[in-house]
Amino acid sequence: MGENSAFFAQLFLTGLVLGSVYALVALGFVLIYKATSILNFAQGELLMFGAYVCLALIVALRIPFFWAFFLTLASSFILAVLLERVILRPMIGEHTISVIMMTIALSMALKSLIQIAWGTETRVFPQIFSEEPIRFFGLFIAEIHIYSLIFAIICVALFALFFKFSAAGIAMRVTAFDQQIAQSLGINIKRIFALSWAISAIVSAIGGIILGNINGINNALATMGLKVFPCVILGGLDSILGAIVGGFFIGILENLAGGYLDPVFGGGAKDVVPFIFLLVVLMIKPYGLFGKKKIERL
Amino acid sequence: MASILQVNNIEVVYKDVILVLKGMSLEVEEGKIVTILGNNGAGKTTTLKAISGILKSEDGEVTAGSIEFYGERIDKKYSEEIVRMGIFQVMEGRRVVEDMTAEENLLAGAHTQLNRKKRKEDLEMVYHFFPRLTERRKVMAGYISGGEQQMLVLGRALMSRPKLLLLDEPSMGLSPLLVGEIFEIIKKINMEQNVSILLVEQNARLALSVAYHGYVMENGRIVLDDTVEKLMGNADVKEFYLGLSEVGKAKNYRDVKHYKRRKRWLT
Repeated sequence: MGENSAFFAQLFLTGLVLGSVYALVALGFVLIYKATSILNFAQGELLMFGAYVCLALIVALRIPFFWAFFLTLASSFILAVLLERVILRPMIGEHTISVIMMTIALSMALKSLIQIAWGTETRVFPQIFSEEPIRFFGLFIAEIHIYSLIFAIICVALFALFFKFSAAGIAMRVTAFDQQIAQSLGINIKRIFALSWAISAIVSAIGGIILGNINGINNALATMGLKVFPCVILGGLDSILGAIVGGFFIGILENLAGGYLDPVFGGGAKDVVPFIFLLVVLMIKPYGLFGKKKIERL
Repeated sequence: MASILQVNNIEVVYKDVILVLKGMSLEVEEGKIVTILGNNGAGKTTTLKAISGILKSEDGEVTAGSIEFYGERIDKKYSEEIVRMGIFQVMEGRRVVEDMTAEENLLAGAHTQLNRKKRKEDLEMVYHFFPRLTERRKVMAGYISGGEQQMLVLGRALMSRPKLLLLDEPSMGLSPLLVGEIFEIIKKINMEQNVSILLVEQNARLALSVAYHGYVMENGRIVLDDTVEKLMGNADVKEFYLGLSEVGKAKNYRDVKHYKRRKRWLT
């Protein structure tokens, strides 16, 4: 393999890993939007919360990673249900803009609370996966990258099955389509709202843990919440499949931009290119690539 | 016959100020089809929503009177509890979930049925009532025809194993042929599944042809109620709902002078 194509493949592969994390967070974001029509600006903080809690469980309480992982998911679940119950449910029926402002406030509050609790310096997860890179068709991949990719794909597949076959999944899709229909079918829509927040927090926490294991964590992790915007808008805000594809796409795009453009511009392209891309997509396809326009029968 | 549903003199207020129902009462007997006739805005749909609990999500409230289902008060309950008790409202206008397949729509109707095996059985039962849905099971519900959509919402209602169905204008926007078909199925559902039905319908002739008892509603209250035979003989019902003149012939529009005859119930 030539040096150029090897460079490309390496960037592509790490992009895929980053993209899998984006896909998870975007999935969580779309879930909340679909079920409750709220744009959740605190998505990045949910991710940050998961990462910090997991780290605290491992480092301070010395719980093995395996158990810490599940405890983290449980605490994310509890946090989300609490947030939904205490902060968002009283806002049902209010103007969408007010609710969105509420999530912005929530984002700031959560971030500050996390900083108060754990400080602002970067912390790293203790070594869990082997540092020895694995050779793969002439490329070097860290073990953690492979695990995170596999893990993200499993999550995504599980959610696809959940929405297709489980009663709760179907009820969530009905609620997303029309809340009144959902009520007429005997679906408890408040419980569905809580469930969407819970699932959303859980997938974000998984994303946070993966990122934490790769790069270590600091308060910049919350900006991941902003990074999901290009992903979900690329895919169409109301499409779960779109969120996943968008996530992978933006991850790869960002990495390629980082590899090829950063040396030219002296850095920064990595963070800007996804948003430039977002602008272009919005101009050409305002509903996103997978977003549903309302079905019109002819 | 025992009554399954009793609405006792209810008042419904929307947004704390708009009084829509002003002392509405009705009764549905077990296993029977009962119909409500009335003009647009009379409060028929509001009555159904008050019974099913959907009213609460529209900022409406039952402020006086009571609604009883098998003797148990349900007017303060939420729709999810009411559906579980066995009342299912089929809303006006074929409200299918367009981006789900026909079969997923049906399964969504079985939300209150937790037993997977029973859900499968019920699915077969619905396909028995609506053979046309069998062919469409994998098609997005947004893309099937209007008649099929109406069948789909009726089938979805059956999936919840209701004891009482509230049907809101099942004939709306369908061709006369299809309307006939749908009403045959409604009768069949009533007989075979022993489901009581409260039917709201603009097409009075059709509604009276399947029902056992009828209520005439105007301006938020019942103005007349009787067995269907007697209603069809009533001069006012004939004139205002069946479009017949007093001698029973079709009315000539040139002779219509509606100001000449007052409805007798407006005293």
